[in-house]
Amino acid sequence: MTSDEAHMNPARSFQGLILTLQSYWARQGCVILQPYDMEMGAGTFHPATTLRALGPRSWRAAYVQPSRRPKDGRYGENPNRLQHYYQFQVILKPNPPNIQDLYVKSLEAIGIDTSVHDIRFVEDDWESPTLGAWGLGWECWCDGMEVSQFTYFQQVAGFEVAPVAGELTYGLERLAMYLQGVESIYDLNFNGLEGDRKVTYGEIFKQAEQEYSRHNFEYADTEMLFRHFRDAEAACRKYLAEGEPKAGANDRRHLMAQPAYDQAIKASHIFNLLDARGVISVTERQSYILRVRELAKACGAAWLKTEGGGVALDPSNAAALQP
Amino acid sequence: MPDLFLELFSEEIPARMQRRAAEDLKKLVTDALVERGFLYEGAKAFATPRRLTLNVVGLPVKGQDVREERKGPRVGAPDAAVQGFLKSAGLTSLDQAKIEKDPKKGEFYVALIERPGRPTEEVLAEIIPQIVKTFPWPKSMRWGAASREPGSLRWVRPLQSIVCTFGPETEEPVVVPVQIDGLAAGDVTYGHRFMAPGAIKVRRFDDYAPALERAKVVLDADRRKDIILHDARDLAFAQGLELVEDEGLLEEVAGLVEWPVVLMGSFEEAFLAIPPEVIRATIRANQKCFVLRDPKTGGLANKFLLTSNLVAKDGGKTIVGGNERVVRARLSDAKFFWETDQKVRLEERLEKLKTIVFHEQIGTQYQRVERIAALARELAPIAGAEPAQAERAARLAKADLVTEMVGEFPELQGLMGRYYASIQKEPASVSAAIEDHYKPLGPSDRVPTDPVSVAVALADKIDTLVAFWVIDEKPTGSKDPYALRRAALGVIRLVLENNLRMTLGENFSLAISNLQDPQNPGEFVVHRSGSQTPPGQYPAVSGSHKSLRAAGDVAASVVPDLLSFFADRLKVYLRDQGARHDLIDAVFALEGQDDLLMIVRRVEALGRFLDTEDGKNLLAGFRRAANILRIEEKKDGRAYDAAPNRSLIQERGQPEEQVLLQVLEDASSQARDYVKREDFEGAMRALAALRPAVDTFFDKVTVNAEDSELRENRLRLLNALRDATRTVADFSRIEG
Repeated sequence: MTSDEAHMNPARSFQGLILTLQSYWARQGCVILQPYDMEMGAGTFHPATTLRALGPRSWRAAYVQPSRRPKDGRYGENPNRLQHYYQFQVILKPNPPNIQDLYVKSLEAIGIDTSVHDIRFVEDDWESPTLGAWGLGWECWCDGMEVSQFTYFQQVAGFEVAPVAGELTYGLERLAMYLQGVESIYDLNFNGLEGDRKVTYGEIFKQAEQEYSRHNFEYADTEMLFRHFRDAEAACRKYLAEGEPKAGANDRRHLMAQPAYDQAIKASHIFNLLDARGVISVTERQSYILRVRELAKACGAAWLKTEGGGVALDPSNAAALQP
Repeated sequence: MPDLFLELFSEEIPARMQRRAAEDLKKLVTDALVERGFLYEGAKAFATPRRLTLNVVGLPVKGQDVREERKGPRVGAPDAAVQGFLKSAGLTSLDQAKIEKDPKKGEFYVALIERPGRPTEEVLAEIIPQIVKTFPWPKSMRWGAASREPGSLRWVRPLQSIVCTFGPETEEPVVVPVQIDGLAAGDVTYGHRFMAPGAIKVRRFDDYAPALERAKVVLDADRRKDIILHDARDLAFAQGLELVEDEGLLEEVAGLVEWPVVLMGSFEEAFLAIPPEVIRATIRANQKCFVLRDPKTGGLANKFLLTSNLVAKDGGKTIVGGNERVVRARLSDAKFFWETDQKVRLEERLEKLKTIVFHEQIGTQYQRVERIAALARELAPIAGAEPAQAERAARLAKADLVTEMVGEFPELQGLMGRYYASIQKEPASVSAAIEDHYKPLGPSDRVPTDPVSVAVALADKIDTLVAFWVIDEKPTGSKDPYALRRAALGVIRLVLENNLRMTLGENFSLAISNLQDPQNPGEFVVHRSGSQTPPGQYPAVSGSHKSLRAAGDVAASVVPDLLSFFADRLKVYLRDQGARHDLIDAVFALEGQDDLLMIVRRVEALGRFLDTEDGKNLLAGFRRAANILRIEEKKDGRAYDAAPNRSLIQERGQPEEQVLLQVLEDASSQARDYVKREDFEGAMRALAALRPAVDTFFDKVTVNAEDSELRENRLRLLNALRDATRTVADFSRIEG
């Protein structure tokens, strides 16, 4: 790196960190995708992870996903919590035998020297009740700080993941805070420049955090949201039914798995908003989670009947792929 | 004799599973060997975060040769029998069998089967894959390309490589040809992930352990623990501080590193304003670090000890800096919780308990608190507490569940309530009860003694027990998800160790009546969730609805059942204290025993009484009487339970039976008086006075007299003796 490029240094620039990770994983053969154009709670919801994890096809992708957690909003006042933040997501399917080494090298790529930093893999099993998914893995520690989640997907949408996919999720803001040595997310240097040309994370996002916290906790129209939840649920069911292969037809593929899954993502986010508004009681909470999970499962089943889900690889097996 | 060396090298094994896994590996391999006739001299297993290692020494080179004679059919038996014999004995023709003669059966064939012992490594190559494939991990997973196929190998995390060698100390060992799903055993392992990641050639355990040590891996978990503990103590000592020891944390931390390096970090002194339990919980749960005590202040020091897995080039400066950042952030959160929690009084939090479901069929925490408060008020006099204080403490007891701090650290429930109660100037007894009402949490936990704590602790546990009994969620076998056995034991210990007089049945009924629907007195509120939704439909958004059961029915079935559960728990408790189970049975066999303290007093008195000569002889007399009665009542097909005919005895009876009648009447009425006064020793002493009269009666009087009137009356007399003993216990339950 030449001195002109100092502002690209992942230890000084938030976007430098993203670009370095993208370039590192591109070199490992990942397709570098852009964020999915929908509101979601975590990078795992991106169809490039949830749907692509299902079926026999190999798949390697990396992308940044803005993640929305309405309940985590703090009106811009907490230096460590946001209702909108970035995850960097990597999925390798099947997981290569050296996936742990690849991960450690990605840390080295962003400037974490393993001869002075203490990197640890601490048991942390992952489960997403809304996605009907679980896996085993670790939280990855750097000097006592959790910097990534590392999961071997075992089940997604209620289906066994075969082959198993390895998923890496980097919490970008936290990682950047450590690399840049700042105590508040809002103090992160976003573009790596200094002086008047420096842009901080706070300049870009603090106002949004305040506005969205108000929206999420106080003003989001709950009646409308309840209605949207029902609409998304109904739409998902409708697209799933319409996309089903017709009885007696030669083409056994499902034709609308992805539009249906979009509606499941939407239902999940609406549920999170309603939850933040405090209008869902404890008992109802379970039933909403269950409703989203049923959608995710049905979408997973539909995906397995598509080309991306592996049908074209062996058309004679399409029927056998049904749950 | 040759040794087996086995290492299963994987990605990081959860710390909590390592020790058990090493033990399982040892047991499974050695059991499988022994089962096949391969004895060994010794075995030891080890675990680090990345490997399970087993060393089995003193194995034979091969199994024992087997020589076995197998009897076949007689000479000239049908062909089918002969063919079957040849097949089972592995022979091709009868020429290979001997013929033996037996005087009874005549001539028959005998096959001599000789099987040479199999080479040990061949057997190992068979055993080990089987064990690896079926290893009892609490949770296991599939991985990699192999997981395309169903039934692919499962392990706790991806299994990377296997070393398996076999051979005597003096020779180059061989690699055992272990093959597991495409993974072949070799003789290469790897050192520390960062400090010595290179390949290490392994011959046997004796060179493996030192080679690992050079490659920055301490194989033995106990040694890692020792290193951490000693280094931690030394570092603390150097600063004039003391390590707050924590065995659970030590065990866990030793499972997170292959090469422990203990380092000291610090945090701002201002954080010491947070309660020490909170600091410790924060640093322990999130950072897996130890805290330190300052002997000068008696409180915590603003230092902590972390255990890294690296000899860092900069001496650990970066690692300490990183950990301090995280500790600081965590303590800032904790301090924020501590300060904001204090802004809301505990009673103002109760409303929020309405949103927390305790159990879907029992209702919310709020409803539970209401019931516990009502019951605590009733129980207060029993514990010697002020009813208003007991009620107040019960009402606040669960309020800390909705504080930020307990939300973050559930293990601090009760303790935080106590802190917040003291801050809002609750009476000391009320504050203490908020923490102590959860106690005792087990057979060795402290039992509260402050009357307010005792009343709330009893109310909490009795309400829980009764509620779960009402919805019919009782412990079965090893399943006790709501820790109801522990709750019952808690009640028992609270009552006995505080010498409380309490009739259980009455208080159970009271607790049951608290569960009634206030809108419909006499009806029971039992919530049913909408979980049994038919497939394809969604549960109603509104979740649950009420169904009602008549309160009277419930009380009638629940109280006796719960009492008998308590009887069982009390037996377990008393047995653990060394009491004789038959004496407990003898007391429980009496009607209406639901005062725990009296039951125990009676059992104790009975035990002491039976240790005396009088007691032993009275028991012998009782048994003699009971035996005669049993035989005669059976023979005559009737009971002799009427009172003895006094005038008949006076007119025609022998003097010995006149004496017995008199003594019996005196002793029984005295014994009853003593029992009424709860003086069980006295009651037994009164019964002991029967002994000479009983002894003489049996010496001089023939029970089965010719005169049928006399006989009947004597049997009634024996029955009266049997009844007299029942004032203190059912003697028929006493053994020995």
